[in-house]
Amino acid sequence: MLGYLLRRLGWLVGSLFLAGSAVFFLLRVLPGDPAVTLLAVGSPPEQIEAIRHQLGTDRPLLTQYGDWFGGLFTGNLGDSLFTRTPVLEQIVDRLPVTLPLALSAFVASILVAVPVGVFAALRRRNAAGVAVSGLAQLGIALPIFWVGIVVVWLVAVQWRWLPPGGFPRNGWQDPGAAVQSLVLPVVTLTIAQASLLVRYVRSATLDVLNQEYIRTARSLGYSLPRALWRHGLRNGAAPVVNVLGVLLAGSLLGTVVIESVFALPGLGSLLLTSVKSRDLPVVQGAVFLMTATVLLLGLAVDLIQRLIDPRLRGQA
Amino acid sequence: MTVPLLDPTIAPPEAPVVAGARVRRGWSPSLVAGAVLLGLILALALVSLFWTPYALDQATPGGRLAGPSADHWAGTDRLGRDQFTQLMLGARTAVWVGTAAVAVAFALGLPLGLLAAAGGRIADDAVIGVVDILIAFPTLLLAMLLVTVYGASTLVAIIAIGVGVCAEVARLTRISASRIFTQDYVLAARTSGTGPIMILIRHVLPNIWHTLLVQATLAFGIAVIAEASLSYLGLGTPPPAPSWGRMLQEAQPTVSVAPWNVLLPGIAVAIAVIGVNLLGDGLRETLDPQLRRNRRAVKR
Repeated sequence: MLGYLLRRLGWLVGSLFLAGSAVFFLLRVLPGDPAVTLLAVGSPPEQIEAIRHQLGTDRPLLTQYGDWFGGLFTGNLGDSLFTRTPVLEQIVDRLPVTLPLALSAFVASILVAVPVGVFAALRRRNAAGVAVSGLAQLGIALPIFWVGIVVVWLVAVQWRWLPPGGFPRNGWQDPGAAVQSLVLPVVTLTIAQASLLVRYVRSATLDVLNQEYIRTARSLGYSLPRALWRHGLRNGAAPVVNVLGVLLAGSLLGTVVIESVFALPGLGSLLLTSVKSRDLPVVQGAVFLMTATVLLLGLAVDLIQRLIDPRLRGQA
Repeated sequence: MTVPLLDPTIAPPEAPVVAGARVRRGWSPSLVAGAVLLGLILALALVSLFWTPYALDQATPGGRLAGPSADHWAGTDRLGRDQFTQLMLGARTAVWVGTAAVAVAFALGLPLGLLAAAGGRIADDAVIGVVDILIAFPTLLLAMLLVTVYGASTLVAIIAIGVGVCAEVARLTRISASRIFTQDYVLAARTSGTGPIMILIRHVLPNIWHTLLVQATLAFGIAVIAEASLSYLGLGTPPPAPSWGRMLQEAQPTVSVAPWNVLLPGIAVAIAVIGVNLLGDGLRETLDPQLRRNRRAVKR
């Protein structure tokens, strides 16, 4: 296990390095000079030179590359081109919106999807089970932003139950208003994520139902729920845990779209506006942080899977 | 030892050949339903190549945000342009981006997955590493990086979606191919001197192609949604080319006045995605004899 852990940590460091390099070089293959692209046509040369200096593009590429990694270690991701504030500070400012949104949606989808998925598997032959599977199919097939627009239209515009979008200016100082403005975004994200998870839970449960050990347990006199609980849970959990990692990453990425639908000032909308205004340092820093999070989640999922499933432990 | 102990041409019990006769019995309902729904979208896209009710930029004077009528089957948008025309052209964009992205995903993912399964430990580790990195760059982030550099375009969307999906294709190919590689009949083929390429062609691909085909249909559905999402965010197909995603973005502010402008493009996306997903389920049921047997085995 220790050898595996070290190997896996080595992988993580390597992947982080590769991901950082990929972000750096993908953004540096810009055809032409980013300083020129940023400024209005016919800007004076000294202004171009100033931007170039600020971007650091007047220095050799390898020096910039070294600075980028040096900055990653010291938490210095550079300054935004437009607001001139440190990128890290901007990102941290946005987390109080994005993290509660992503995490609540993640937890809510597990709470909804696990019982619903098991139910859909057990009742797959009758109307209720089929209806549940059908709804999940529909939830996967509908674009998340469409669900969001319709939810806003019904709940906020027609019925006026909750604010249609936005976030209180003073943030969490008014917890009631902050929670209110996050309810619809969380519900929307949960609809999308839970639909996805229901499918996996259902098929993992079906898989377990087919196994000989369940038949053996049943023939020994266990009731089906008891057999599933004793023998099915751990066997069925391994593939589901794998999906949970993907799901949490998906919740985090989903915030980009959700924040756009609900006009929330989170990390996703910071990233989107920075992409459109070509604020390279912000895009670079935010994309790298999201990527690093996804990689870390992958590691966590692998370790949890090994704890659950002893069959994996023998493998390198 | 020139005579092989096992004849590699004898089909293994889990090969589809055994259940071949049973496989062709009847059409699965999902297959038919999926084909009908997807066919509808394909028909819209195909017809739009020759005919649309109106020209794309033809605005009806005074007919802004009108509801569905005999003149405008799906109403008009905020500029008075025919929505049904846009839905048809949007179908074309969705089908084109979906197909191209799936092609990119398989062109990258299939060789990677086979290499990992067939190429020994070092190749396997290298591919797993590449796949890990690719998974860490989901479609949306990749699209954002590319759009920052090249600006929004359909090509950027296709590449971002294709590369984003190819990790899953590589992973699935690797898993299903390495399962075949551990079978006795592959060992038998190897001992009787069959080369790795021939083993791939004769034993591995015939046993995994149905899994890959199902994956291709799923990938198409993912690509259609991804295209709509990127266009909604302004990172995909740029104006004036219509896309269901951008129709939704444009209709969002007027949803309380013209809800059908929001409902219809969303339903179009759902029809396309449910269509390919059902088609994939149907193909899986029709092509995978193991699954058919298991389905029958579960009793409760």
